[in-house]
This record gives sequence, structure tokens and C-alpha cells, in this order.
Amino acid sequence: MKDSVTTDSQLDLDKVIVCPQCDAVFQLVRPQHGERAKCQRCHKVLIAPRRNAGLHIIAVALSVLFLIIGAAIFPFLTIDAAGSKNAVSILDAALAFSGGPMIILSLATAALIILFPLFRVLLTLYVLVPVVLDRPPARHAIRAFRLSEAMRPWSMAEIFAIGCAVALVKVADLAHVGFGPAFWMFGILVVLVIAQDSFMCKWSVWNSLEHPKRS
Amino acid sequence: MVCMELSGTPKKIVSARDLGIVACSRCSKAWPLGTQTCARCGHALVSRDPMSLQRVWAYWVMGLICYVPANLFPMLQTRTLFQVDESTIIGGAVELAHHGNLGIAAIIIFASVVIPLGKFWAVAFLALSVKNRSMVSKNMRQFLYEVVEYIGRWSMIDIFVVAILSSLVQLKALAAINPGTAAMFFALSVIFTMLSAQAFDSRLIWDVQAKDKSAGDGGAEINE
Repeated sequence: MKDSVTTDSQLDLDKVIVCPQCDAVFQLVRPQHGERAKCQRCHKVLIAPRRNAGLHIIAVALSVLFLIIGAAIFPFLTIDAAGSKNAVSILDAALAFSGGPMIILSLATAALIILFPLFRVLLTLYVLVPVVLDRPPARHAIRAFRLSEAMRPWSMAEIFAIGCAVALVKVADLAHVGFGPAFWMFGILVVLVIAQDSFMCKWSVWNSLEHPKRS
Repeated sequence: MVCMELSGTPKKIVSARDLGIVACSRCSKAWPLGTQTCARCGHALVSRDPMSLQRVWAYWVMGLICYVPANLFPMLQTRTLFQVDESTIIGGAVELAHHGNLGIAAIIIFASVVIPLGKFWAVAFLALSVKNRSMVSKNMRQFLYEVVEYIGRWSMIDIFVVAILSSLVQLKALAAINPGTAAMFFALSVIFTMLSAQAFDSRLIWDVQAKDKSAGDGGAEINE
């Protein structure tokens, strides 16, 4: 192994790709659209470019943006038992923990199910729109993309959706529960958020931020 | 599918550190070993994070400390016409099972007991396995790490259920559900275990194995 260090010390670092997960080094081979380059050692997907991925992500991101705003405002679930009625929006649900230290939990929930997904969409649009239009990257695009990637594990819209299903079963025998428009919006939203994450090839985004096309 | 190879070394896979390369752990750009910060994304470059395991254990302990009160205190306070019920996580699931909702009870037990406990075990196992030689193959451990990272967020489901229930079921005199103290601790526990898993540097899994083959004694190298 030592030999390769000395002989390859003049390695061109732009022609090399390192697996972020297991630190294995490979010579960079750019896969065709629809193909995936995987690490041979730990099988992590390193590059997965897709044709028009940028446009798809932007389209999805725009619809996610409107759905989040809609889902947060419109009534989400309505409950009806023996004449008493109650309609809640997602914001109400997020802010359910009130009083004393529980207010922190309220803020955290609101962040996890609305603010983080919303910020991620805005940052994605900010980063990708100039790249797709073949313009130089927006100011602080790198910082924006960094932030958006850091928020990825903390944006929990899809988990909230499953939580809804569990909650519905819990109250189903207690009262009649109806779905507001926001419920369906949120359902579509979850599918779109997952689609957006699977379209995105991190390597390609970093690469295009580093080497912007000059038009 | 395209597989990548470093020409000249068709069979043997080489670590970046052995080639004098350090890869940015955020944007994966390669730099010569010794470079301080990544010029592309501004992240500090470390070939192996020496503080990684310490942070893993610190968050792990915090998570475990928060997990105990999360199970002892009531998660939900249900007030109906004549009585007030306070149920803990496990108590609530048992009650659901008594009412015949076995599926939902199973989901709750799985998301708030099996997953958190499994995560504590898995993270501890991974952190110990890079210090000592492990019988479990590196691919298995890598897989375990990916599962832990992916599944950890799903424990939050219980918090969301409590949030939905306690905002929805507010029917004045008839019935009301309010969150209990456990919700706070449970959320903290999930957050700390997520941080613990994120702090783990998965490259360490592959180092010990490489060291085992060449020198025979793993562990010492990690603290470099």
C-alpha cells in the first residue's frame, strides 16, 4: 500500500472521487444519465445523475412550496362528537404543547413539520434555479446548499403524516373525524418531498456550484 | 450501474488517507492531506475525526438519561366526562391492544420502545466495535449504521401523535386530551440519539478492518 502512495503522489485530485462513507478512493468515471456510480466497498451511491433532474426538482419544489403554505393554513382535521365540534390546522397541532417548558416542544414541533421543510424548499430553489438556467450561482449558493443538506434529517413531514394515521385510529371510536382540505394537501406533499430527495444528486450539485457554466 | 475503479489497483481498494488525500465530509471534495478547510464548502477537513467517539457517547448518555423519565411520566392525559386518565407510553399501547387495535398498538410499541432501545444498542455496538476487533463483518456494520441513521427520525412519530391528539380532542366538557411531561423527555431523547448517530464517523468502521489485515492490532490508530 505504501508503494501506491509514492507512485501516485501526483494524483490529480479532480480526477478522483472519495466515498464519503468508507473513505475508499476511486478514479472518477462520470456515469450516463440514469446510471448510478456506486462505491465498490460499501455500495454507497456516489453519483446518480438524471436527465433534467434540475428542472424536475424545481417543479416539485414549487408545488411543495404552495402545498406547505396551503396545508398550514387550511383546516386539517375536524372532530365531531355529540354536538361539540373542533377543527384544527397543522399549525394548531404543532402548537399543541403550551404552558411552561412545553412551549419549547411546541416550537420544535412547528419547526420539524413546517419550518424545516419550507426552508429546505426555498433554499433548494435558490441554489438550483440559477444552475439550471446556466447562470452563475447565486450569492452564497454554497452556504445555502450546505444549510439545506444539514436540515435534511430534521425535516419530518412524512413522519407527521404517519403520526396522523395513528392518531386517527386512536380517536376513531371516540368521535367522528373528518378530513379538511389540508389533509389531502399534506398527503400529496409527503410524496413530493420524498420524490424531491430521490431526484437530487448531491455530487452533481456540488460539482455545478464549483464549475458554473459560463453562458 | 457503473462501478468505479482506481486504475492500477483493480482489486485492492485504497483508503483516501493512505493515498495522502483527505475528503471533505460535507461535500466529499478531495484535498491533499493536511489541508485545513475545504475551499469548496468551507467545512473543516479531518481525515478521521478524533472527537467523533466522544461526541457519540456524550449524546448517547444524554439520550438514555432522557429516555428513562420518558417512560415513567405520563405521555397523555385523557379527561372524559367523569374521569381523568393518565397513561404512559407503554400503558397507552397496552390499553389500545385491550380495545382490539393490535396493529396500532404494535406500531406504537415498535416506534417508541423497540426502535429507541434498538438504537441505543446499535450505536453502542458500533462505537465499541471500532475500538475492539469485531466478529461482525464491516458490511454488516455499515448496513446497521445506515439503518440507525434512517430509522432514528421515525421515533418522533409518538410526539406528533400526542400533538395531533391534544389539539384535535378539545371538546370542552365532553373530552379533552392534553400532553404529559413525558412528551418533552421523549422528544429530547430522540433528538439526542439522532445527534449521537450523526456524530459517528462511519469511516472508522473500515479503518479497523484495514489495520487488522496489515498490522494485526486495531484501535490504536483511531486516536491519531
